[in-house]
Amino acid sequence: MSITIKDVQHVARLARLQLGPEEEAVLTEQMNAILQYAEKLNELDTEGVQPTTHVLHVSNVMREDVVKESLSLEDALLNAPEEEDGQFKVPAVME
Amino acid sequence: MSLFQYRLSELHNMLHSGQVSVSELTEESLAAVARVDGDVHAFLTLDEEGARAAARALDDKLASGASRGLLFGVPAGIKDNIVTKGLRTTCASRFLDNYQPIYDATVAAKLRQADAVTIGKLNMDEFAMGGSNENSAYGAVRNPWDLERVPGGSSGGSAAAVAAGEVFFALGSDTGGSIRQPASYCGVVGLKPTYGLVSRYGLVAFASSLDQIGPLTRTVEDSAYVLQAIAGYDALDSTSAKVDIPDYLSALTGDIKGLRIAVPKEYVGEGVDASVRETVLSALKVLEELGAVWEEVSLPHTEYAVATYYLLASSEASSNLARFDGVRYGVRVDEGGGLADLYHNSRSRGFGPEVKRRIMLGTYALSSGYYDAYYLKAQKVRTLIKRDFDEVFKKYDVVIGPTAPTTAFKLGSQTEDPLTMYLNDILTIPVNLAGIPAVSIPCGFAEGLPVGLQIIGKEFDESTVLRVAHAYEQHTDYHKQRPQL
Repeated sequence: MSITIKDVQHVARLARLQLGPEEEAVLTEQMNAILQYAEKLNELDTEGVQPTTHVLHVSNVMREDVVKESLSLEDALLNAPEEEDGQFKVPAVME
Repeated sequence: MSLFQYRLSELHNMLHSGQVSVSELTEESLAAVARVDGDVHAFLTLDEEGARAAARALDDKLASGASRGLLFGVPAGIKDNIVTKGLRTTCASRFLDNYQPIYDATVAAKLRQADAVTIGKLNMDEFAMGGSNENSAYGAVRNPWDLERVPGGSSGGSAAAVAAGEVFFALGSDTGGSIRQPASYCGVVGLKPTYGLVSRYGLVAFASSLDQIGPLTRTVEDSAYVLQAIAGYDALDSTSAKVDIPDYLSALTGDIKGLRIAVPKEYVGEGVDASVRETVLSALKVLEELGAVWEEVSLPHTEYAVATYYLLASSEASSNLARFDGVRYGVRVDEGGGLADLYHNSRSRGFGPEVKRRIMLGTYALSSGYYDAYYLKAQKVRTLIKRDFDEVFKKYDVVIGPTAPTTAFKLGSQTEDPLTMYLNDILTIPVNLAGIPAVSIPCGFAEGLPVGLQIIGKEFDESTVLRVAHAYEQHTDYHKQRPQL
């Protein structure tokens, strides 16, 4: 399986990354090398092997549904690049 | 004579008897940073004012006779992917250049409760992705033993700051070797605890199923002290383990008679430098003299660990780093387009090349049509790698080998090919995949550069790992040797 520059452009869109033509070319080459190396895993028969989703034996943790103090508006917006009227400001979502 | 020759337990007594004050210790640490950090570049943010204020408050506490925390008065550094309230936290990324955390990570809060003094935040590979520190957006850390060489990564700043005598201990994080490999390259003690032993709350997530916080120190005893202070269940981390925390210091008995050691042939075979292999075999002789027995074993899936790791870690990273969108914090590049353009531009400007590469790889591995072939396959191989360890631990107490196949390499010598760089982690990655604890301790030098011995234990058996490391350390003096800066 080898990937093309078109695949790289598609994946960049999925990842919300804007790549320049040079970055696209380098990444195509490097991702192919890494994925080719990853093909090594196909030497192993994993039929019937359970995937590891968690290394320890843990179960879901639930807490009591009680109201607790939450972040203040001031704290929540402390690092906001832009804010207005106590809200994060973003450009138009619908164009 | 420098106060940096003392262990934490000795400092504790010196503070108690009034031989030294917390302010003096803190000044000693700040002076060391001023003296050497221009060369080493371990610190990204120095909090002189905060450290001095904390030191004064602790001196008052000492005078009042109030009870003292486990790390009382000890100047420390924290890797810059661990959030500290009000103290800039960048993850060594341009994306978070001005990020001011609004809360403390659990470990940062625990250091405060233990009365440690945080001097500042330490350099690292951007978002902990890398093994040489060359991926820091603020310039690489340099190895205190040879300024032309890398300190290792990603906790390179943490390892270098301890090796250079800038702080008495540091916290790092380890996803595929990021505490142990730099500890090995810099000649310090680096412990990766069992997954879930130390809370990850406030650790900026890279690969959530692998990340674990741990201490970098100059001695094994110091490591036990810091681990004691930071281990424990935390309701704020949903993967935190509910286990009893033993007294790690009482595990340091010096007695390893009858200890059964497994040495995987894959860890001392092809691909490991002859000088590293020889040094590790000499260390095994020391352990033998102390009454341990060792045998060669096989961890047959070792050669698949790096491929497994890069698929899983990159996949998790691509998901975790989706939060950096230019809306709530960090870089925002608004060039007048819509919201989608804002995301694209902010992320492209904020992230460095290695971070982009891993996001791309992970997004690809998780994307429609490839999930089974890459991500799921890797999760299954992870099970096989864990089983290798389970089998060996039925007969043996610890697994021992080198921490890294080589000593520290020259800056710039491996930046061209990401895959070569990834292979430096071949001996540390399996431990993260299996979720078990391991420590790297100094075990000698090859051509003047430190070599690390890796001691791997059963899950939640940090006590045995530390006991073996401590017994070895008592009979050698490699940990006492310091770089000339």
